[in-house]
Amino acid sequence: MKSSGNANITSGSDIKIKASGLNLWYGDNHALHDINMDIHKNKITALIGPSGCGKSTFLRCINRMNDLFDHVRIKGEIKVEGKNVYDKDVDVVAVRKRIGMVFQQPNPFPKSIYDNITYAPLKHCLIKKGKACDELVETSLEAAGLWNEVKDKLHSPGTALSGGQQQRLCIARAIAVKPDAILMDEPTSALDPISTEKIESLMLELKKDYTIVTVTHNMQQAHRTADYTAYFHLGKLVEYNETEALFNNPVEELTDSYISGRFG
Amino acid sequence: MSNPFYDPSLSGRHRSARLFKWFTRGSILFTLLFLCFFLFDMARTAYPALWQIYVKVDVSYTEKSARLTSKAIDKKYRKIVSRSWLRDIPKQLEKNPGLMGTTVKQWVLADDQVDQYMKGHHHNLKSKVIRTLEELTVKDEIELQWNTVFFTRGDSKIPENAGILSALVGSVLTLLVTMFFAFPLGVMTAVYLEEFARDNWLTRFIEVNINNLAAIPSILFGLLGLAVFINLFGMPRSSPLVGGLTLALMTLPIIIVSSRAALRSVPDSIRQAGYGLGLTRIQIVQDHVLPVAFPGILTGSIIGLAQAMGETAPLIIIGMIAFIPDSPSSITEAATVLPAQIFTWTGMPERAYVEKTAAGIVVILSILFLLNAVAIYLRKKYEIKW
Repeated sequence: MKSSGNANITSGSDIKIKASGLNLWYGDNHALHDINMDIHKNKITALIGPSGCGKSTFLRCINRMNDLFDHVRIKGEIKVEGKNVYDKDVDVVAVRKRIGMVFQQPNPFPKSIYDNITYAPLKHCLIKKGKACDELVETSLEAAGLWNEVKDKLHSPGTALSGGQQQRLCIARAIAVKPDAILMDEPTSALDPISTEKIESLMLELKKDYTIVTVTHNMQQAHRTADYTAYFHLGKLVEYNETEALFNNPVEELTDSYISGRFG
Repeated sequence: MSNPFYDPSLSGRHRSARLFKWFTRGSILFTLLFLCFFLFDMARTAYPALWQIYVKVDVSYTEKSARLTSKAIDKKYRKIVSRSWLRDIPKQLEKNPGLMGTTVKQWVLADDQVDQYMKGHHHNLKSKVIRTLEELTVKDEIELQWNTVFFTRGDSKIPENAGILSALVGSVLTLLVTMFFAFPLGVMTAVYLEEFARDNWLTRFIEVNINNLAAIPSILFGLLGLAVFINLFGMPRSSPLVGGLTLALMTLPIIIVSSRAALRSVPDSIRQAGYGLGLTRIQIVQDHVLPVAFPGILTGSIIGLAQAMGETAPLIIIGMIAFIPDSPSSITEAATVLPAQIFTWTGMPERAYVEKTAAGIVVILSILFLLNAVAIYLRKKYEIKW
């Protein structure tokens, strides 16, 4: 099976993340087979595919979240701006600081909205306490489109917000660390359509400054938001192309079946 | 028209459901009855211990009575007055030299036999003494007063002089030592096993052993304490230090198990969020996981503490059942604890100790209730709302 996208996407934009020969095993289970993929800077790349196809696993490889599981073995490399994150001299904490992540379930810390935003930047010594914090909170919430809704209750718990607001708080928290890229693992699957719409337009807004990789089960969402789409099947990257091309003229039979709803 | 919803088999099913419900209610009722009976009986027996008979007699403070204290009281009343009160006369003279050479008519602590007689219990007073008591009653010179002795003194072989204070102080010191060692050790162990340890045969081995430790009979911990802390390390026997360490061994598994449960109940999404932001494991555990788990950890620890407080067997082995008239002032002095004091009093032949035993039980129960109330309060206070 060829990875048809690899060669023909050279639309001139920079390559931000480059996976080459990536294999992953959960114990004896070979979960990712030889993934080669270039992710473009300041674009949204969507990973789609049926459950268990390895799209979330691949996403979690980029910021090395899979390291947290015992019995995971990874071979191959993922280069972020030319540096392999799996090199021996790379500190995993620094990788995750540079590559933010938003999860399926909104998971704000059980602290105030304000502390949710400032905790990590303070720990990373990006800012100092006081006025800089206030500014960071405002700009981050502003960027996440949440500022107007919460500016009067910054010190109330982040967990008291609605699901959609919590997810935008999580996005604000991620961009407060000033990452290079943001990984989103099914960011809207736990949200209602209106909140989903807000997150989607936020993603389109954010791609001006960040490279976004998102996993989604919702093909319309991929179609609406993503510049590039990758279709995974049984741990293999089946097809990767510009979104329009992939949805309108899928090269592979499997892709065609999936996007036309014959399975998955 | 016939009823389409009529099912003859249903009435039998409903009946057995009702029966089961009444069984469960019956067992609750039974438990409540037992509890009420126990509490009521304790309170009824303990109440008289809060009051003590005092008599109003002439006390002559002279050189002679300072040496031979029984001479301070008229011969007629000597059998009525407490020996322990007489013993204190030289001390009183020392404190108040102006008393010397005077005769004061004052309220004096009565002998325990008098006390029991006036409270209507068994006594072995001679009829002559009883007549004297009747005279005093007519003159209104004998009465029940609040028993301060019980709360301000330690143990004594003279029943009217025996109090709970030294045992209370001993218990507090012992539990402080217990908490000082068991709480940090237990919480740290739980944090390591839950948050840092990888799942391998060693951690599983540790886990199994901790769970087994929680089921070991407490008297074995006493033997361990005796062998290790007293014989090997040479710590002073009967001391709150050794008692506290022994109880800490016993409380550790309880704290570890409950802390682990509290940590496990913290949703993993919080940890994921932290990792996603590039936080280190320590930062995540310290600032995000522990605060959420803290109320649960606290509750488990206080329950462990309450259990340690009621423990007697291991403390008997290390000698904390000693006769301690004076409150210990440091953790290396000999001391006794509340349950051990109660145990000692139940073995005393004098009738007056019966009510003291009950009062001691009421004191220990009150402290346990208080500890549980504190646990509930702290849990509510630090609970993080979702």
